[in-house]
Amino acid sequence: MSTAISVSGLVKTFGHVRALDGLDLEVATGEVHGFLGPNGSGKSTTIRVLLGLLRHDAGEVSLLGSDPWHDAVDLHRRLAYVPGEVNLWPNLSGGEVIDLLGTLRGGLDRRRRDDLLERFDLDPRKKARTYSKGNKQKVALVAALASDVELLLLDEPTSGLDPLMEAVFQETVREITQDGRTVLLSSHILAEVEALSDRVSIIRLGRTVESGTLAELRHLTRTSISVETVDTPTGLDALAGVHDLVVDDHRATFDVDTTDLDAAVSHLSTLGIRSLVSQPPTLEELFLRHYGDELSELESVPLEASAGTDGHAQESR
Amino acid sequence: MTAVATAPDAGVGAARRAAHRSPTFAGTWTLVRFLARLDRVRLALWVVGVALLVLSSAVSIDELYPTQADLTAAAEPLYDNAAVIALQGPTYAIDTLGGNIVFNLGGFGYVVMGLMGMFLVGRHTRGDEEQGRTELLRATIVGRNAPVTAALVVTSAALAALGVLITLSMLSLDLPVTGSISYGVAMAAFGVFFAAVTAVTAQVSEHNRASYGIAGAALGASFVVRAVGDVSGGTLSWLSPMGWAQSMKPYAGERWWPLLLLVGATIGLVAAAYALIGRRDLGSGLVAPRPGRATATPGLTRPGGLALRLHRAPIISWSVGLALTGIAYGSLGEDVDDIIGDNEEMAEIITQAGGEITDSYFASSLLMLAVIAGGFAISSSLRMRSEETAGRAEPLLASHLSRTAWMASHMTVAALGSLAIVAAAGIGMGATYGIIVADANEVVRLTAAALGFTPALWVLVGLVTALFGLVPRASAAAWGVLAWCGIVGFLGELLDLPQWARDLSPFEHVPRMPVDGVDWLPLGVLTIVAAGLALAGLAGFRRRDAGY
Repeated sequence: MSTAISVSGLVKTFGHVRALDGLDLEVATGEVHGFLGPNGSGKSTTIRVLLGLLRHDAGEVSLLGSDPWHDAVDLHRRLAYVPGEVNLWPNLSGGEVIDLLGTLRGGLDRRRRDDLLERFDLDPRKKARTYSKGNKQKVALVAALASDVELLLLDEPTSGLDPLMEAVFQETVREITQDGRTVLLSSHILAEVEALSDRVSIIRLGRTVESGTLAELRHLTRTSISVETVDTPTGLDALAGVHDLVVDDHRATFDVDTTDLDAAVSHLSTLGIRSLVSQPPTLEELFLRHYGDELSELESVPLEASAGTDGHAQESR
Repeated sequence: MTAVATAPDAGVGAARRAAHRSPTFAGTWTLVRFLARLDRVRLALWVVGVALLVLSSAVSIDELYPTQADLTAAAEPLYDNAAVIALQGPTYAIDTLGGNIVFNLGGFGYVVMGLMGMFLVGRHTRGDEEQGRTELLRATIVGRNAPVTAALVVTSAALAALGVLITLSMLSLDLPVTGSISYGVAMAAFGVFFAAVTAVTAQVSEHNRASYGIAGAALGASFVVRAVGDVSGGTLSWLSPMGWAQSMKPYAGERWWPLLLLVGATIGLVAAAYALIGRRDLGSGLVAPRPGRATATPGLTRPGGLALRLHRAPIISWSVGLALTGIAYGSLGEDVDDIIGDNEEMAEIITQAGGEITDSYFASSLLMLAVIAGGFAISSSLRMRSEETAGRAEPLLASHLSRTAWMASHMTVAALGSLAIVAAAGIGMGATYGIIVADANEVVRLTAAALGFTPALWVLVGLVTALFGLVPRASAAAWGVLAWCGIVGFLGELLDLPQWARDLSPFEHVPRMPVDGVDWLPLGVLTIVAAGLALAGLAGFRRRDAGY
């Protein structure tokens, strides 16, 4: 399996603000890689470094085997980008913008363009100034998804899309990855990343805090169990990895570390299970735990970070 | 887009060929065609508008002085007139038709060329970058130098076309070919030089307004340095690009080597722009932004506090710029005196006439400064429109702030800012002249004369307000009105414009102070007109949809 994106120890500072602080990211060719992090954690900054729009201060960055700053133009022939905040020329129509961007990416699949316009329900003749946020986003998405490229860098691509359009987006991303294309999908919408991604990297304060397949990350998570037993459920609190235990007569609810699930279920079976509901760990929980824990430790720090990273480019607008 | 959309293969081919040569320029030709298509109306308006201005000035001068005797007679009083030289330029061959036309278009003509270069380049460099559109383009097969190169190519092509039209306008009056070519080339080359200046300033600041501010200051400086240089013997003029263009001497024994100075400096500036682009991040300037306050000061949250904050930086920079220009022009007041003093045959009326001619010089200079201050009056009032279209007005109007209060806060700051800026010009002029003639009263006298233009500036604020309230999409048309004020003020006599057409400019109704005394009636009428326009705008904005 070859590597599409390889980043290690990436550092980027804006004045005194350290937006990226030793970030690592590995994206294999052909995978959809979820890039998760709260606002201001450095997602957009990382993507702009990958695009060669920003120069990094330290660390190694390789995109499709090349240096994104020096080989920006050659690399851009092979990738498409959808920014988180799409700004268009107010007096061009959506169709014109799509064709312009397509031309500048080295060509557009006309059939695919028309097909996507229909599926995204976008009127290409409207002037960009009349488009809502979601429709501007669709213009950028259609232009990117209809391009014949190896890699898509999508920065919160569904912000502003309604749930119906989000479903269309997921469908089209699945289609294009079937041809072996690579997608880096930055998001804070967990359901979307969970539905699409093969692997996930979670970043915070400009650093990667977790990376792996969803299955691997689930080892870090807890399964929620709600059980009714014949005997009074005792001894659960003595088991390793059990948290938030509540016992009410013959019912018990608790969370258990996924690695200790087997022991917990074995113990329950000795009590005689009448009913059992188990909820699989979601990325949501993983996410909340990561930030929940750390946020309480470092309450003021995320504010500072958010002023300098994702916020940076938006401030300058 | 037709150019791009119908010939994608050609576009890609060009982009690929460019990429093959140097990847930092990839996509330049595609962008050139794109910008030409995007700005076709704007480019045509600039080119045709300025060409018509030159042609109509030339034709009027031709009609004004039909014989050589007329030309000679008209030229005679100008050779030693420091006041006119400071405003127009050196008096090369002004007793010929061509030389007289070049002299009369003078510095004003070059300023227009410089502004054209500045606005056309700034719009598609820092303007697009600030709006986030460059990010979209640069993520495609577009090299980092391509957007600025494309903007420079399109702008230079427009300026070159305009240069050709200027040459043809002059040739249509049967003027000598070499001189006509020389003038067209000098005007176009000066415009291209300021296009290149803007390509650099666009790299320096994160904001297009600031980029225009620096480029505009450079344009003003080149005008003022030349003015001081031309009056004081010419050496200092060699420090000014406008001086270089004028020293090409169309119709007065053309010199071509000063063109090399302009071209060389242009190439140097473009190289500097590329060097800066290669060293900076997209979206950033050269200086990292300082962190702001964590909490709002009480001043910001007071009514009008936000408007004051938004307009603060422009008010300060315009005041400084106009005060410096006032200082430069005030320092020339004595030269005007000296020239009159040298004329011994007029000994009897020296004192009186000298005073009058100096005052006449100050009145003309103040008019020029006031029209420039009109640029602030309009740009600051247009802030209402940009706040609205950028969606920043919406959250404010959704609060308990009324539309009237929101609009009134911007109007008030624009009106008071205009007053402060024109006063700064008067203070600067009065201070230097006061020091030279050792009379502190000059500060008061010239500041009062400058303040006389305030009601005219208020009419411009009122005009923008009315357009904003009633026909918001046409708000920018106020720039056309200011351009008209400039034409009336600087070329009105020359073009022999009918009185009603001149009366459209509010500056025409301001008494010529300090030559004439204060006349409160026209000033009062202008203020009432301004108030009426403002009220119409307020009423209009209360009735229309906000946000469109």
